[in-house]
Amino acid sequence: MIDQIDLGQVNWARAQFALTAGYHWIFVPLTLGLSFLCAFFESIYVRTGNEEWKRLTRFWMTLFAINFAIGIATGIILEFQFGTNWSNYSWMVGDIFGAPLAIEGIFAFFIEATFFAVMFFGWNRVSKRMHLFSTWMVAVGANLSALWILVANGWMQNPVGMKFNPDMARFEMQDLWAVIASPVAISHFAHATGSGFLLASLFVVAVSSWFLLKRRHLLFAKRSIAVACVFGLFSSLFVAYTGDEHAFITVRTQPMKLAAMEGLWDGKSPTGLIAMGIVNGAKKPGDDQPPFLASVEIPGLLTLMAHRSFTGFVPGINDLVSGNADQGIEGIDARIERGRLAVSALGDYKAAQKAGDGALAQSALAIFDDNRGDLGYGYLRSPEEAVPPVALTFYAFRLMVIVGTFFILLFVLFLWQSLRGRLEKSRFLLRLGVISLFLGYAAQQAGWIVTEVGRQPWAIQGMLPVSVARSNLDSATVATTFFIFLALFTALLIAEVKIMTKQISIGPEGA
Amino acid sequence: MFGKLDLSTLQQLWWIITSVVGSLFVMLTFVQGGQTLVLTLGGDPEEKNLIVNSLGRKWELTFTTLVLFGGALYAAFPLFYASSFGGAYWVWISILLTFVIQAVSYEFRRKPNNFLGERTYEIFLLINGTVGILLIGAAVGTFFTGSNFVLNDYNLVRWTHPLRGLEAAFSLFNLSFGLFLVFLARTLGALYLANNLGHETLVARLKKSSFSNFLAALPFLLYVLIRLLTMDGFAFNPGTGAVTLEAHKYLNNLLQMPLVLVLLLAGLLLVVAGVALNRFTPSVRGIWPAGLGTVLTCLAIFSLAGFNNTPFYPSRADLASSLTIYNASSSHYTLTMMSYVALAVPLVLAYVSWVWKQMDGSKLTVEEVTADKKSY
Repeated sequence: MIDQIDLGQVNWARAQFALTAGYHWIFVPLTLGLSFLCAFFESIYVRTGNEEWKRLTRFWMTLFAINFAIGIATGIILEFQFGTNWSNYSWMVGDIFGAPLAIEGIFAFFIEATFFAVMFFGWNRVSKRMHLFSTWMVAVGANLSALWILVANGWMQNPVGMKFNPDMARFEMQDLWAVIASPVAISHFAHATGSGFLLASLFVVAVSSWFLLKRRHLLFAKRSIAVACVFGLFSSLFVAYTGDEHAFITVRTQPMKLAAMEGLWDGKSPTGLIAMGIVNGAKKPGDDQPPFLASVEIPGLLTLMAHRSFTGFVPGINDLVSGNADQGIEGIDARIERGRLAVSALGDYKAAQKAGDGALAQSALAIFDDNRGDLGYGYLRSPEEAVPPVALTFYAFRLMVIVGTFFILLFVLFLWQSLRGRLEKSRFLLRLGVISLFLGYAAQQAGWIVTEVGRQPWAIQGMLPVSVARSNLDSATVATTFFIFLALFTALLIAEVKIMTKQISIGPEGA
Repeated sequence: MFGKLDLSTLQQLWWIITSVVGSLFVMLTFVQGGQTLVLTLGGDPEEKNLIVNSLGRKWELTFTTLVLFGGALYAAFPLFYASSFGGAYWVWISILLTFVIQAVSYEFRRKPNNFLGERTYEIFLLINGTVGILLIGAAVGTFFTGSNFVLNDYNLVRWTHPLRGLEAAFSLFNLSFGLFLVFLARTLGALYLANNLGHETLVARLKKSSFSNFLAALPFLLYVLIRLLTMDGFAFNPGTGAVTLEAHKYLNNLLQMPLVLVLLLAGLLLVVAGVALNRFTPSVRGIWPAGLGTVLTCLAIFSLAGFNNTPFYPSRADLASSLTIYNASSSHYTLTMMSYVALAVPLVLAYVSWVWKQMDGSKLTVEEVTADKKSY
């Protein structure tokens, strides 16, 4: 199928996707949450008729819009990058993957696009209630959009409801509902949107804390913090819950990813969780090197997370690569062997069909059918290739969890001080509130790294490695567009940050 | 309901659905056309802001329709999506870049401390309205002139021209198609703005501009039409799938599909009527017939490219690799499921129209734009 794999080009394409997704994921989470916060603020305005809440709503909406525009700009590149840099992927799974993207366009984008104009320019053109409805619709549309793209991503992490068609040489959908209702997709959506709500709450808290530190717009800032803290606290608890659920599912659907997240090389029962550690970067599958240069372990906790009890086996990287007969885990060698049989049989089937040899085609198809479950493994060069970058995944996961836990505490403290009426005097807490925004962005990026780096080398888990998913391009072409996007997105990010900071310094009077 | 339809009917249905979305996108390029008028027709900064704000309330609909068009092609005709985007790489990257810079321009242009300056974002809007639309036109032109790609036994694409799609812009037909779309978009942009703005002198200029841009579009339109009627086209045999060159294929398509001929003529007449309405009468409502005419004309063009045993994405490098709506489509199951999803499209169009009516009940004026701190 693939004559020659140019790994340089594959890596540039990977880098380009990571770049675009990374930039996109700077802007989108804020949009997901800030849209709801704007809807909350405006609902209070409509209910109370207090013009101060309207002023507050308009201020946050201005920041939302600046952020929203660049989120859209990076989003369109992501959608079409599936075609430009991953055209083999687009063909091989387009029958399944295209559907959520099209549904996203119909059900989410148009809601957003239509009501966005009313939300921003309709204050004096439509009724108060119609305006509020539009604001809610923008929030719903933005989050529906996340639902569909995360359904698509969830399917890539755990392909269900499909079958490979050897005649067309592609995967075809068998059950749309299985794709939509996949527990991986749902848990992905819940965790990602929850983290978006959390980030937006941090954003409002950070900007408002800055106002309080500067002794400006005091009532405005305290009102904003009160709403954002309640939303943030619920969101952070929800994110912790869905994160745990996500790990529980991951151990069953992507055990290699979970092993990399935990830096777990040799599974046992029960297994402890590494609270903190320094990964031994030189460690390779099957060697005797220690996995960590230093570590602090909480006994039994990983098993508890994985099995909801203190008994049960959590496979490590070595178990998954080399197999563990005691636990009924097959090594990747065997899967690669079967995968190569499938690849070869598929080639024979196509050749026999072309030659009009029906008997040969049928026998090749029979071999293919026996081994089709491991087709993707046929393209791996060695079992070790199935191991994602451990250190990056491990550190990113820890950053996400530690910072995420800290946010729960932060929102509790802000609420506590708000209720006591001592927020203005808590200067340390206010400074912490400002700094926490950057931690929030770091956690967002870390989450994305865990999800996407942790599933390497697969474009479709276990089915399609990224080396096969690529377009037939040369390295220089993809490298050139990488640098074009890097320059463009960076320029736009600088522009956005400058505009945002200026708009914040102008304050609600400018809204 | 849809599950009982045979595969080829579903494939034809999906070609019609994607054609409708594509046609709506072309109609909505009045936003891009309007963008190209900002620097020339917007006399003073107030007028310029008025134009930008009028377009700024609609730009997302065009953008979203483009994304939906891409998504619909991906879902219904994934082999086209993979072949064209992965093959004609540079042309699509260029188009995308022009849409990226458009997306931020409205929001960033007049915001304080905007780093690149107001003028830069206006030039971004101009690039999107000219280069972006020209390249889209050239890309659509390849539906008739063909592209340089080869598919292997596994349907994976290899492009055979080093310019990777940009070579489409060197064909006189494709270039004319692109230029026609640019001037059509400018015409529609002027018609839309004339209808939407409450500014007498600017509206008078816009009415003249719609006519002059339509005149500029005519030579390119005539060239495209004459070439379409006289050129050899690509045809495939439904029994064997073999693709061959056929003399006057597109003329034959028009004659063999009279409904398409009617659509084309009605569409063109409506565009002319819209332009004439604005130019020769006091009315400013020419955008409505011209917009509808654009949709009908585009539907006819897409039908001409895809129906009557015509490969809609012919390969010049290897005729056998040419894509038809039958060999490039998704499976029966996916098309069936997506057909149920598409039932929501009329609902979407209904609420878009309703909201549009609510927002455009009164003309946009300089006073309103100046009073609104959030204006673009």
